Amino acid sequence: MSISTVTTGFRPSRRSLLAGSAAAAGAFTFGFTIPFGSEAQAQAVVPEINAWVVIHPDDKVVIRIARSEMGQGTLTGLAQLVAEELNCDWAKVTTEYPTPGQNVARNRVWGNFSTGGSRGIRESHDYVRKGGAAARTMLIQAAANEWKVPASECVAEKSVITHKASGRSLRYGQVAAAAAKIEAPKDVALKDPKDWTIAGKPLARLDTAPKTDGSKIYGMDLKMPGMLNAAIKDCPVFGGKVKSFDAAKIKDMPGVKHVLPVGDSAVTVVADTWWQAKTALDALPIVWDEGQHAKVSSASLAEWLKEGLDAPNAVVGNQNGDVKAAISGAARTIEAVYSYPFQNHACMETMNATALYTPDKCEVWTPTQNGEAALAATAEASGLPIAKCEAYKIDLGGGFGRRGAVHDWVRQVVAIAKQIPGTPVKLIWSREEDMLHGRFHPLTQCKMTGALDKDGNLTGLHMRISGQSIVAGIFPQNIQNGRDPVVFQGLNASGPEASIGYTIPNLLIDHAMRNPHVPPGFWRGVNLNQNAIYLESFLDELAHAAGKDPLEFRRAMMKNHPKHLAVLNAAAEKAEWGKPLPAGMFRGICQTMGFGAYVAAVAEVSVSDDGKLKIHRIVAATDPGHVVNPAQVERQIEGSFVYGLSAALYGEITIKDGRVEQENFDTYEVMRLEAMPAVETVLVPSGGFWGGVGEPTIAVAAPAVLNAIFAATGKRIRNLPLKNADLKKA
Amino acid sequence: MAKLNVNGKMIDVEAAGDTPLLWVLREQIGLTGTKYGCGVAQCGACTVHIDGVATRACALPLDAVTAEQKIVTIEGLSPDGSHPVQQAWIKHEVPQCGFCQSGMIMATAALLQANPKATEADIASEITNICRCGTYARVKTAILDVVAGGTLGRG
Repeated sequence: MSISTVTTGFRPSRRSLLAGSAAAAGAFTFGFTIPFGSEAQAQAVVPEINAWVVIHPDDKVVIRIARSEMGQGTLTGLAQLVAEELNCDWAKVTTEYPTPGQNVARNRVWGNFSTGGSRGIRESHDYVRKGGAAARTMLIQAAANEWKVPASECVAEKSVITHKASGRSLRYGQVAAAAAKIEAPKDVALKDPKDWTIAGKPLARLDTAPKTDGSKIYGMDLKMPGMLNAAIKDCPVFGGKVKSFDAAKIKDMPGVKHVLPVGDSAVTVVADTWWQAKTALDALPIVWDEGQHAKVSSASLAEWLKEGLDAPNAVVGNQNGDVKAAISGAARTIEAVYSYPFQNHACMETMNATALYTPDKCEVWTPTQNGEAALAATAEASGLPIAKCEAYKIDLGGGFGRRGAVHDWVRQVVAIAKQIPGTPVKLIWSREEDMLHGRFHPLTQCKMTGALDKDGNLTGLHMRISGQSIVAGIFPQNIQNGRDPVVFQGLNASGPEASIGYTIPNLLIDHAMRNPHVPPGFWRGVNLNQNAIYLESFLDELAHAAGKDPLEFRRAMMKNHPKHLAVLNAAAEKAEWGKPLPAGMFRGICQTMGFGAYVAAVAEVSVSDDGKLKIHRIVAATDPGHVVNPAQVERQIEGSFVYGLSAALYGEITIKDGRVEQENFDTYEVMRLEAMPAVETVLVPSGGFWGGVGEPTIAVAAPAVLNAIFAATGKRIRNLPLKNADLKKA
Repeated sequence: MAKLNVNGKMIDVEAAGDTPLLWVLREQIGLTGTKYGCGVAQCGACTVHIDGVATRACALPLDAVTAEQKIVTIEGLSPDGSHPVQQAWIKHEVPQCGFCQSGMIMATAALLQANPKATEADIASEITNICRCGTYARVKTAILDVVAGGTLGRG
């Protein structure tokens, strides 16, 4: 059922609330369909072929997508994979989200909803394609049954089934109802990717038009009959609490309906409009109990992490040979200390959710990267069983990891809704709240020690990481023997996810965990970001110390890592590494592996005499195994460089008096169009595996630029962001 | 009570005079295509046209807008999404998440109306909206395509 078909009759049910927003929006058309609850299933005229595919009598194909669309194009890419095996007419394809509650009720028939770690396509390609293939088989069988011929004599193409011998044909829409009653095949064969005609092609996204005329509805835009609006302030010092607030001071302000505590650390004002709520909240006297972290600063955290660089206790992530012996016996040792600051995700759409609570049902509408986690947070915060809760996903105005693992804003809105049962309430975070209460890219430092022999070969490398563990902050149950495996992203000895691309005779990579009170989060690219900066910058240092070309220095250690090497070579060739550049232009190169994909980049920069950096061009190569939509992969790579370079150039969250200092984009600068370099992507999918594309290339943005800056200036920037560095010629 | 001319219609609105135009549009008038991103005129997600000039509505109080001024929001840029900038956005598939794109499109439409032959340098200095997905390369390509088409700024 399409949301735009429901135009009247507001009812306080899960579906009509969203439909109500459509009706209230009048002439707007919607880019997404209404979640189909059990109620919708019961009423549905069109039965599903299987969990993934619904075909209407007019041949419209509805493909169900479990992952969340946040701009990365997964809606289109996953639909391409299903449609490829379904052999349907792509022009007739639309998509819809199943709800997390439905997934629970149907024994997780749609699998994992989590949309992070660049895993939307790479971890579901197999079962979504099988869903499409099974549906095709059932449709063909339905036609064969009608013709009383063997299914093997029938073929399906572009939503039409043909019996060649008799020349008869039927459209998918004509046999869909019969196909829905056929038993699903137990096993289906998938096409060889070389035979793809829908997947693998640069097809247009399915969701562009509503993003150009204001009609697309984001979570922040939801409207429901009788809905109130909430603004919130959580204690600015993490771990602090509300001591008191003086509601009487603001209760008569325009529109104010409620002034309420939210847990023990936050206060909300609920009003007719959000602007009224925010205005009153800003006027509300609140006394905080700032707790034990009120004296923490960026400087005190840096001191603490620095101590970890030489601490005796550390957890080993990757080790071979005897690094101590290699260093003590080296012709030359090189040492350097790097650091990487906290970052905020700063999604353009701030955190928000709408909730309706009654004593026997709690429903939440929210942009989320993980509908099931949003549902779990709803159940936990409402105190109701999962079966009495539902979470409805709305496309995100940016995610980048902020809206995945932690659903703090969902817990808040439910805590508010629970205090005003029967009234829908929409909570929107101000930008300031969003900046102060991020789940930040972790804070780390790294000490690199390299051993060179007399010929300038790298014989030993010790990489000591000191600092924050995301896993310890979010999934502490996954820390075993003090080890956070995600800390070593891109540095693992082997494996299909994130392995190091070099063979170094004596190697030790270890981690001294130091967890500040500032809550960490999975930030697009995660730990690959700083690990690639540390390793790839330092390899550049070693190459220069050894008097070797940075590309050749790397190649000498990559013989056993052919996939890493092939991508590095692809970037180098496209960028014409080794060919002289115009005067004043300089190159840097790097490579890494993460999220199952191999990536490399070459950056071309110039630095003026007064220290102004310009990034002219970046060549980025990637091997994600298979490419489902090359046009969207290119956009992901371009976008990843903006995200990565924003952090490298400007991104820095600092702590003073236990709280975040940056409250908006005036102090947390991000990249704008003016700084955008030309990005040339080189796609070299080698097949045989499935890697991600949303994140990996972020990690090569900064090291390529930092290495190019060294080439241009002789200055090695080891502490980001670059805005703090003096690049003036000495 | 204030009177506003929004997308060619006179509308009575009831809101405190210091309410930013953005929130009047979104919460009083129900036009949610104009987005809240920062509230301090930094990101441009709230860009609308006032008498043809790109204006960040989040920092403009209702009191400062008169009934004579013509406000155009993304919903009123064209009746059917056919404005050359909207068409270029679709052709080049500029949006990713799309949240900032109303503002990008409104800023671009105003720029090209005033300067139909905008150069890359003009675009770099005039389009200062923030996009966290990183669509800048496609934004630039789409704008240059509209410039090449020469469909804006005539008359």
